[in-house]
Amino acid sequence: MTPSKPVPAYLGEVEKRTKRDPSRTKRGKTQWPQTIVTLTAILALVVFALWGGLNPVLLAASIMVAAMPLLLAALGEMVVEKSGVLNLGVEGMMIIGAIAGFAIAVETGSPLLGLVAAAVAGAALSLIFGVLTQVLLANQVATGLALTLFGLGLSALIGQPYSGIKPPAFPRLNIPFLSDLPVIGPILLNHDLLMYITFALLALTWWFLYRARHGLILRSVGENHDAAHALGYNVIVIRLMAIAFGGACAGLGGAALSLIRVPQWTEGMTAGAGWIALAIVVFGAWRPGRVALGAFLFGGVTVLQLNLQAAGLTPLWLLVLGLLLFAVNSTAKSLAESTPAHTRAMIPLWIATLIMGMIATTYPISIQTQYLSMTPYLCTIVVLVVMSADRLRANLNAPASLGRTFHRTG
Amino acid sequence: MLTLEPRTGNTHLLQTLTPVLAVAITMLAGAALFASLGKDPVEAIRIIFLDPLLDPYSRSELLVKAAPLALIAIGLSFGFRAGIWNIGAEGQFIIGALTGGATALAFYDISGVWLLPLMAIAGALGGFAWAMIPAILKTRWGANEILVSLMLVYVAELLLSALVSGPLRDPDGFNFPESRQFHDSATLPILLAGTRAHIGILITLGISVAAYVALHRHVFGYHIKLMGSAPRAASFAGVSTTTMTAACLGLSGALAGLAGLFEAAGPVGQLVPSLPAGYGFTAIIVAFLGRLDPLGIVLASLVVALTYIGGETAQFTLQIPAAAISVFQGMLLFFLLAVDVLARFRVKYMRRAQ
Repeated sequence: MTPSKPVPAYLGEVEKRTKRDPSRTKRGKTQWPQTIVTLTAILALVVFALWGGLNPVLLAASIMVAAMPLLLAALGEMVVEKSGVLNLGVEGMMIIGAIAGFAIAVETGSPLLGLVAAAVAGAALSLIFGVLTQVLLANQVATGLALTLFGLGLSALIGQPYSGIKPPAFPRLNIPFLSDLPVIGPILLNHDLLMYITFALLALTWWFLYRARHGLILRSVGENHDAAHALGYNVIVIRLMAIAFGGACAGLGGAALSLIRVPQWTEGMTAGAGWIALAIVVFGAWRPGRVALGAFLFGGVTVLQLNLQAAGLTPLWLLVLGLLLFAVNSTAKSLAESTPAHTRAMIPLWIATLIMGMIATTYPISIQTQYLSMTPYLCTIVVLVVMSADRLRANLNAPASLGRTFHRTG
Repeated sequence: MLTLEPRTGNTHLLQTLTPVLAVAITMLAGAALFASLGKDPVEAIRIIFLDPLLDPYSRSELLVKAAPLALIAIGLSFGFRAGIWNIGAEGQFIIGALTGGATALAFYDISGVWLLPLMAIAGALGGFAWAMIPAILKTRWGANEILVSLMLVYVAELLLSALVSGPLRDPDGFNFPESRQFHDSATLPILLAGTRAHIGILITLGISVAAYVALHRHVFGYHIKLMGSAPRAASFAGVSTTTMTAACLGLSGALAGLAGLFEAAGPVGQLVPSLPAGYGFTAIIVAFLGRLDPLGIVLASLVVALTYIGGETAQFTLQIPAAAISVFQGMLLFFLLAVDVLARFRVKYMRRAQ
């Protein structure tokens, strides 16, 4: 089928279905409570950080850097899942990208070549997954796990001579005057090149998925592969391309860790970032903008859990934060949907938050650092539960053919 | 063009042959890997796959490594058959070691034959409880059990590290982050003098026989197979998805917890942050290599244990890096999944209709 033909009736159906999706059309009604809760979480953590004497500008800049690997990996995985494939090997592709980017950057002295190598390595590894699941019809969950186990082992093998080396630094964006602006400069205009690549990729992905014809075809493959096949689209090739794109993005995300965020190579350095990226895709309901929001939220959590200990965050304050989020959620929901249950819960929750806040200020109990290090993982679980609890919406957002094997007959 | 056509009829023979084929291909690919590292490939394969079988001490070590792998993999295989993916066995292993080990430390001054059974129960319950977290979140709110159980691995690792450098730390240990050595009646009895082969190996064998019966001769196993192959039919037949999810996750958690306790009270003998050795993840490979069947898993666990023992020997005789062995194990799973296509499908040459 040539691209110049008009959009077939079935694809129009996909477009309509997406438009009819309640979380899209009734945006003002159903979506804002969740956004408000997310923003409150970010705001509360920022307020706490300021109160603890952390430099807000540096903090915002480092959250951007921490979010970058997650955003890259999650963006790639989102496209893969939009095409109906569940690749659980993000962690493996990220760590292969991390070591490939690091090794090439060190050997050649050029961080840019490192980025290219990371993307190529991630894509190459993902194509093993692609061939196994698309051509040989292997189980996607098992193959994704194999990819992670293999990637972790292979990266450790390649990485042995590289531990304890400093990689070559990236050129930073430095626009005269603009990069020296007080607040905006350090936060937005003084980053490594990869940050801007990431944002370009984010915009491009959005445009491709929702404004380009090929993006529509990709989504139709993810919604109903049999129908797309019947229309003459090559499901397997489209999915393989999506998988390779996801692998390249995950590889870049890994390089963002080893070349920019840390920057160093240590065995197993992704420490679950690939899995968190998978959760961010669920959190972002398979939409680029909200996936980005999720990446920043998790980037914020990882940076803050390191800094807040210094700023005197005690476990009691974490309880305060939890209660606050519940209170904001109830208030927003009772305003948006006027659910009686939320209205009734609203006032006790706010009172509990206040009381807990008073307790926390009077008793500064400190805990071992390990407990605070658990926060990104626990947050992931909480986010997954919250996002999946509304089953109707979760089902509407997820691509309908996600994780199903496509077997071409004839 | 080549097309795949589902095989009908009995494929038992092929089902048993494909893992053997996968191991053979992995050996070849492994030989290529070692050759690319500049080592003699024939020598490396001989050291990894043959030498451990010739030496009596290595043979006993083989059992020590295979037991936890088999125990975890048997638990996982039930869920994998039913389409419930517990990826966090590593976390349940750690929590089992923690709860069982904490029981041993609580009765540090008291000895008695009741202590080990009590520790075993505590370990299994610990693993069970840890696995019930993803089970409840899945059945109550539909949260993905793969991601939740995996996140709990990191939480369990941090919890172990926090506890052995906090409440469970050895008071006479110069602040090292490790617990006291378990006393004699909290350590697993040794089967063969002079080795580390402990009684947990026998228990593992017993459990695998019980699991075989449960899977192939009991209605529980039938429901699991039904849920895996035809979920809708299963729900019409009255198989409750909620109960089965909880049962599969709980069972694998309990067995992983038991394995964790055996590791802590057996070869290690105390709680240390380095206790988790990745058995929970390697057990996934073992489960697939054993065709998700308890008896197959016992054999598969021996093969994978061989790569561990032989890999250790190869590390100091040939200076093959430790990571090469995990690459090897990862390749094994890849080849297994790839070769599997032959067991499930007939490859046919078909001319495309014009």
